[in-house]
Parts: sequence; C-alpha cells; structure tokens
Amino acid sequence: MSNIKYILGSFGDPDEMMHGIDKLQENNIHIYDVYTPMPIHGIEAKLGIKRSRLDILAFFCGITGTASAFALIYLTSVVDWKHNIGGKPALALPDFIPIMFELTILFCAFSLVGAYYASTHLFPGRAPRVMDLRATHDRFIIAIDAKQNAEHSKIDGLLKDAGALEVKYNERKYISYE
Amino acid sequence: MSGHNESILREPLITGSDITYAKITDDILMPVENKPNRAWWIGFILSLCGATLWVVAVSYTFWFGIGSWGLNKTVGWAWDITGFVWWVGIGHAGTLISAVLLLFRQNWRNSINRSAEAMTIFAVICAATYVVSHMGRPWLAYWVLPLPNQFGSLWVNFNSPLVWDMFAISTYFSVSLLFWYTGLLPDIATIRDRATGVRRKIYSIFSFGWSGNVKTWQRFEAVSLILAGISTPLVLSVHTIVSMDFATSVIPGWHTTIFPPYFVAGAIFSGFAMVLTLLLVARKVLGLENYITMFHIESMNKIIILTGSIVGVAYITEFFIAWYSGSEYEQYAFINRSTGPYWWAYWMMMTCNVISPQLLWFKKIRTSIPATWILSIVVNIGMWFERFVIIVTSLHRDYIPSSWAMFYPTWVDVSVFVGSIGVFFTLFLLFLRVLPSIAIAEVKLLLKSASEQAKMKQIKEGHLDKEQVAEYVESLEKFDSVKQEEYAKI
Repeated sequence: MSNIKYILGSFGDPDEMMHGIDKLQENNIHIYDVYTPMPIHGIEAKLGIKRSRLDILAFFCGITGTASAFALIYLTSVVDWKHNIGGKPALALPDFIPIMFELTILFCAFSLVGAYYASTHLFPGRAPRVMDLRATHDRFIIAIDAKQNAEHSKIDGLLKDAGALEVKYNERKYISYE
Repeated sequence: MSGHNESILREPLITGSDITYAKITDDILMPVENKPNRAWWIGFILSLCGATLWVVAVSYTFWFGIGSWGLNKTVGWAWDITGFVWWVGIGHAGTLISAVLLLFRQNWRNSINRSAEAMTIFAVICAATYVVSHMGRPWLAYWVLPLPNQFGSLWVNFNSPLVWDMFAISTYFSVSLLFWYTGLLPDIATIRDRATGVRRKIYSIFSFGWSGNVKTWQRFEAVSLILAGISTPLVLSVHTIVSMDFATSVIPGWHTTIFPPYFVAGAIFSGFAMVLTLLLVARKVLGLENYITMFHIESMNKIIILTGSIVGVAYITEFFIAWYSGSEYEQYAFINRSTGPYWWAYWMMMTCNVISPQLLWFKKIRTSIPATWILSIVVNIGMWFERFVIIVTSLHRDYIPSSWAMFYPTWVDVSVFVGSIGVFFTLFLLFLRVLPSIAIAEVKLLLKSASEQAKMKQIKEGHLDKEQVAEYVESLEKFDSVKQEEYAKI
C-alpha cells in the first residue's frame, strides 16, 4: 500500500473521463495530470491550466522579424552599398516588403515552436515520461498522486462509478523508464 | 465534448460501423507496423529507378555544365524553370489544407492534412533541387544568401524578385516542415508506445518525449492555430513571389499584373490534383477507405473546379488585356502562343486545365474514383504545359526575327524532369512506411461527432427531422465505403 505512488483511472471514453474529473474534484481530490490520445476541449479550465501566452510571444517575435529584415536590407543596400538603378531611390520600400513579410513569418514560426518545445519540455531524445502506454492509443488516463490523497478505496470507487474501465496502482511514477 | 450533436445534414467524415479509438490507431499504423506489400515494393523500385536517373542526370549537369541542356541564346530558360514552378505549385496543397482549412474549421482536412503536408515538403525539395542545378556553378549556391563577403561589400540585390524568391521558398519550406513535424509528435509517440526494442528507441528520440498531458495538448492546439494563421498568407505569398520572377520583367507575355492571383490559383489547382493522384491510390492500397471517404474526394474535386475556372478566366483575361493594351509586341506574344509553332502546347494547356476539369460539374464524374484519378493526372499534365507555354513561347520569338529559335530538350533535360518525379515518389513511399499517413489524433477527434456510426446512433434515437434523415441517407449513396443495406431498413 505504501509503495503506491500514483493511482491511474483508465477510461475508454472522453466524456466519461470528464465526468470522472468532476467527481474527483467534487470530493476535493487533487488531480495530478490527465493523459489523452487527442486534445480534449474544456479540460484545461477544469484543471486550472492558464491561458497560453505563446500568441503574445509570437507577435513580438514576428515584429522582430519585420524589423530585422528592414534593418538588413536598409543597412546593406541603402547605407553600405547603393546600387544606382536608373537613378531610382535606393530606399525602395515596396521592394523591401516581400522579404520583410517572409522574415516576419520565419521569426514568428521558429520562436513560437521553439518556445512551445521549451515550455512543454519537448526536445529530441528526451526520455518519455509515460504513466500508461495506452494513453497515446485508446485510453484516457486520470493520474492521482497516491501520497497526497490517502483515501485510495474512495478514489477507486469514484473512478469506477464514473466509468473507468480499469484502475491501476503504479509503484513507479513513469513506467516507460523500465 | 458531445454536448451537442453535429447536424445530420453533414456527411460523415469517418465511415464504418465498428470504429473505435483503438481501431483508428490500428488501421492507420497498419503500413507502419507491418512489412510492406507487393504493391509498395513495385512502386518503390520503380521510383528508385527514377531517382537514380535523376542522380545521373543532375551529376551530368554538374560535371558538364548547363550546356548539356537544350537551352540556346534565345531560349535561356525552359524545362528547368518549368519543372521548378511545377513542383512549387504542387507544393501548395499541403499547407493550404493544413492552414487555410483549419482556419475555416473544415474538419475534413483532418484525415488528409498529414499526407498532403508530406507531399508539400517533398515537392518543395524537388523544386529546390532545380534551383540549385540550374545555377551553372551549384557549389556557389550560397551566393544567393546575403552573407558578408570579400567582394568589397557587394550584397545581393534586394530589388530582385529572384532574391525574394529565395527568401520565400526557404521560409515556406522550413515553416511547413515545422508545422508538419509538430503535428507528427503525438502520432510518433503512439508508434513509440506500441513498439519494442530498437524501434521504440528510435521513435522515442523522434517523439521528443511527448506524453500527451493536458498542458501539452492545450499549447499544441494554440500553436497549431497560430501557425495556421501565419501560414495562410505565407502560402499565398510564395507563388505570388514565384510569379514575380516573371511579372517584374519586361518580356511580353510575362509582364502582366494578373500573374500573382493567377499563379496562386494554378498552384492550388495542381496541388489538389496531386493530392488526389496520391491519395486515391494510397487509400486503396493501405485500406484507408473509411478515413479518406468519398466526401473528401468530392470536396477536393470541387476545389479543383473552382481553381481551374479561375485559371481559365485568367488565360482569357491575359488575351483580352494583350489586345486592349494596344502594344503590338504584347499582342504578338499571345497570337504566337496560340497559333505559332507552339500552338500544340498552348491548346494542350487549355484542354487539360480549362476544358476537362469542367467535367467535374457532373456528380457522376466527381464521385467516380477512376474518372477523378485520370482527371487529376490530366490537370498536372496541363499545369506542366502552362509553365512551359508561359516560359518558352514568350522567349522563343524575341525582338529580332533573326534570333528566333525553337527549344529542343536533350536527354538530360528529360531525365532531370522524369527523375525528379522518381525522387518525389521515393520520398513519399518511404514516408508511408515510417510515419502515419493520417493524423491519428486529429481523426480521433471526429469519431464522436462526425462519424457514420455517431450519426447512425442519432438516427436510431429518433427526434430527427424525417426529411433531413432522408437527405442524409441519400447523400451516403455515393460512398464506396458505406454498407447501404443498413440504411435500407430505416
């Protein structure tokens, strides 16, 4: 009993899993995390996940891209080495627009995805922290910290009432390290 | 999630009556987790022969120079740029499907976006190889980049559309790759968690440690939406800038302001045609009929009619404006195009791009798989001729009649082109073997709302308008993956 680290409620249906989250929360049982094979809408509000600020970051990085492109073109073809093209002005703003646009998108996309990977700890070769191997296949997993929530039989009952197909007691946090 | 049901009038996006989350994973991963069948090997060996031909032809070009192509003093651009623009055009459907259709909440994109994006990436790779191989001195390809150098401080010419194009194509390629790979992470994790041994280790590295917890999924959706938002203008900008390679010149036949929208429509047109060419075969060979349904095929055909008609209007507008401009050179360029020595190429283009896609107005043709497949190939032949017509017929008769010439491709020209198709198919077939060809997680999202079985449940529960149900059942008749007997009872 004391070796149990996490209790996992394994559901076969996302609506039943949402019901399970409600039940647990009504009974003041703290949910560690939920693992699903697909995005479930509305779950982040229940678990108190804050709104993403990635959009704000994307905007400012995009603007940085626009400014960088302008700086590059301006410093090279207006300040450093002017071309005389039929006596036309070197500061030909309309000609600068395509590259300014492309670099806006480039900076925005790369910093956005980079920040996403960093904030959710995704990088090549990272050891997968998997609690249940079927969470990426066909099961919706609610994980509860067994040390913080002592009433294991009550949790078991609540999960099963909500429709859990299986309740697991894991003695290791991440089975993928085995 | 299923707080409300989707309207019964909408056609199902997943057919079949015994689909579960587990079955979706099993069906889609079937080609990845099993040994390839004979059809795959035949296709792969043929493609590999093509790819080898490409290596030979491109190496020959690198060794002996551009002189090994059929170019002459008058026609200085021909099959190389034709091939380049053709591939870039094909590379438009993937990001269009994943970005524009996401913004418009078109759920049918969910089962075709993955393979269309892969196709985009491979088509852009093929296009990029043309850019490098036509440079003459490909080992100096880095000269297109604005790098500090020892030639005084001579920079690239930022007023040149060719430099814009370099920025556009590289941005498009790298952003498409990011978008595609980020979307792949959950599906790579699915393969990882089902695999054992070395396979698990490899997929583990490439899954970036994906766990599928709430925060990762929530951020994943935010990132997808922002990427879709910025990729939408990006897709439109790429072919706009490609068209400017021609439109900003002073060559009659190229110097037209209609080029950007006309090229973008043409690119979407050819991109969707290539998606159909590939997916109609893939769905059959890989047994994915339940996920890529007749509704998907018909929807893509509708986009082909729309964009094909836009292209047709553009051809006619060009002609009208040439006459209306009053410029005799402009007028001659177009008269020569349609009645000169290259008349056959012009009429080939007109037939394949404007006339034959109009057959898709007939529902029988639009929902027939063999007819659609043939038409999709016809469209791509037409789109190749479009680029050939624009490029070669505008150049071959220039201002001095004494320098008028024809273009005759050499074996190297032909081999580079045929070979690039081989490279494309080799990459695509390898993709089908190692990565899921359909976005597993995104298709699972549709199971409870937009699948045939969810709608069947709704019908059985009653409470639906009888006329609407009748209309829905009628719409299912065209599906080749729906068992009609089950509906006869209702």
